[in-house]
Amino acid sequence: MIRKISPRTINDDFRRKVKEISGQDIQQCFQCGTCSASCPMGRMLDLLPRKLMSLLQFGQSDAIAAANTAWVCASCHTCMVRCPRGIDITKVMEAIRQLTLRQNINRINPSEIPAEEVNDMPQIAMVSGFRKLTS
Amino acid sequence: MSTTTEQTAVEAKMIPIYVMGKKYEVPETLTIMKALEYAGYKYIRGCGCRGGVCGACSTVYRKPGDYKIYTGLACQTVVEPEMYLTQLPFYPANRATYDFHALEGNPEEIFGLYPELFRCVACNACSKVCPMDVEVMDYIAALKRGDIAAAAQISFDCIQCGLCASRCMGELPQYHIGQLARRINGAYLTPRAEHLATMVANIEAGRYTECLNKLKSADEDELKRLYTEERELEPAQAGEDWTPKENVCL
Amino acid sequence: MSIAYYPGCTLKTKGKNLEKSALAAMEVLGIDVEELPRWNCCGAVYSLADDDLIHVVAPVRDLVRVAERGQDTVITLCSMCYNTLARANDLMKNDEEKRKTINDFMDEEPDYSGEVRVVHLLDYLRDEYGWDKLKEKLKSPLNGMKVAPYYGCTLLRPKEVALDHPDRPVLMHEFLETLGADVVDFPNAMECCGSYQVLGNPDAAVEVSHEILSGAAEKGAEALALTCPLCDFNLGKRQDIILEKYEGASEVPIYYFTQLLAVALGVAPEECHFELNRDSAAQLLKDKNIISAVPA
Ligand code: SF4
Ligand code: SF4
Ligand code: SF4
Ligand code: SF4
Ligand code: FES
Repeated sequence: MIRKISPRTINDDFRRKVKEISGQDIQQCFQCGTCSASCPMGRMLDLLPRKLMSLLQFGQSDAIAAANTAWVCASCHTCMVRCPRGIDITKVMEAIRQLTLRQNINRINPSEIPAEEVNDMPQIAMVSGFRKLTS
Repeated sequence: MSTTTEQTAVEAKMIPIYVMGKKYEVPETLTIMKALEYAGYKYIRGCGCRGGVCGACSTVYRKPGDYKIYTGLACQTVVEPEMYLTQLPFYPANRATYDFHALEGNPEEIFGLYPELFRCVACNACSKVCPMDVEVMDYIAALKRGDIAAAAQISFDCIQCGLCASRCMGELPQYHIGQLARRINGAYLTPRAEHLATMVANIEAGRYTECLNKLKSADEDELKRLYTEERELEPAQAGEDWTPKENVCL
Repeated sequence: MSIAYYPGCTLKTKGKNLEKSALAAMEVLGIDVEELPRWNCCGAVYSLADDDLIHVVAPVRDLVRVAERGQDTVITLCSMCYNTLARANDLMKNDEEKRKTINDFMDEEPDYSGEVRVVHLLDYLRDEYGWDKLKEKLKSPLNGMKVAPYYGCTLLRPKEVALDHPDRPVLMHEFLETLGADVVDFPNAMECCGSYQVLGNPDAAVEVSHEILSGAAEKGAEALALTCPLCDFNLGKRQDIILEKYEGASEVPIYYFTQLLAVALGVAPEECHFELNRDSAAQLLKDKNIISAVPA
């Protein structure tokens, strides 16, 4: 897909907020693809981490928001320990999630999970899932 | 109006308090509830027992120059000069519907009814705000690990005022969850009292019928006499093994 | 002085087999631990947003509970608890500004600045107890049992709290070797089981878990040893879904590392609560003559 990069399509505010929340210098990414190759959730992602980083460098917030990437990321920290540029991509994913969750938008709704399913889950799944996927 | 009341009213120092932002001068000896009535408010809601047990009159206040949130029961808390207050008699909180007798009394049932339990972040705002000094965060923590008995014990003093829910960062209805824990604890986890069954059996076997009938058929004067004259009172310093001499009806 | 023990919520219910076997094993080893009388859920995942400190409060509160009792070490069994507590501790030790904010916020607790040491039973055994000493205590070593060590994420990442090299760990290998097992190396040992995505994207969690299990089976593992109740859920409890969904997938018994430790030390299998594992777990131990009978 051809993507037009112009001052008009760059969402600088989004880029700045991701940097602020994650504390990461996203411009440091030199697109080696190590993160994408390492990601265990890779096959399930609309955008692999390398591509997401590239879009982020150009402030393409719409494409990032439309992708499932940050919501399928399991915060496994593999990309983070392997990135040759020392970028904590896991934190970048968190920042992207936070920008949605902080608008009081839930990714999953605790009240809608069937009781039988909750009964099955260990507490650790509920606690971590709610922390990552609810506002 | 009796003279003593008038004298008290005159003698008590008047202090300023702010109710929902409006200033009133009230006698410093009054509780918040009485002060509000003194100021002209009429309670239709937000007041129940006037004795500190119903949880209807929870009040939130602040003091000048202090960042802290203070809370208290309006019927129990004495006014302080310059306090800024409002009553918060009710706070909406999700209450799950369940068929109590269909429950088995395991933690998973509580988890299923109140999954938001797992959104607690241990901020402790709930314990800090509780007018009954219940360690709310701790009973929620106990429930998260499935310890219903501990949760029931820690939340025992809760009067369902709802202030904890008003402050909860995880949007939990703590007091409803605690109530369910106490119910389950009472019905399923606490050992049955065996002497109760014996007592019921005795009653059914007619052990007390005669005594009761005697009371039922007594007229007013006879009842008064039985109560004031005939009744054997327990002496003030009686030991634990004291029993009345007359014990046919025990 | 005994070491403070932080269990974590799941170990009191569905992960009882992790706690009970660990406590029994530590008793045999003479490791004196005492559960904290007051503790709260650590939050399971560490807050990854730089400006989000409220989610660090829970683990810090637990560390305060340890410090309050005058204890200097807290031991964990669940690797997610370990990770969350250790990262929070790191922050309190090293970030002066955030430490102050958190201490100010928790105005009802004493100030804390990372004085407590957070350890996991595995690194405690390696660094303080010692493999050699452990070996001497074995009663029924896991001879002839081919076990794959599954590290998952939280013991190894990020580096600040890693118990071993994030890409070439040997900790669990050494542990299982000490217990007498044939250690099966496999490429997915450090891969994620899908973690909390079992809530958000259960299919994705099933897929990555399947890869881990088949990766281990392909290398000839008869069983998997792990440290985390969430991994156990994805790889163990939900293995039925995997077996049904993927052709050729085969049953892999899953153990908590502490259960293998306990049986090797001669702890009665009943104390390890194998009823909370897959049925194949106790059965395999019986087949290998490590335990004499599958507990009823
Ligand atoms: S590993 Fe690091 S440098 Fe390489 S593409 Fe990913 S983020 Fe960029
Ligand atoms: S942290 Fe997320 S993006 Fe990075 S490798 Fe793991 S699942 Fe993929
Ligand atoms: S626990 Fe909550 S509802 Fe109960 S008394 Fe305390 S603040 Fe009120
Ligand atoms: S206020 Fe809510 S989130 Fe905070 S400790 Fe209490 S229950 Fe937990
Ligand atoms: S009126 Fe009942 S507690 Fe105050």
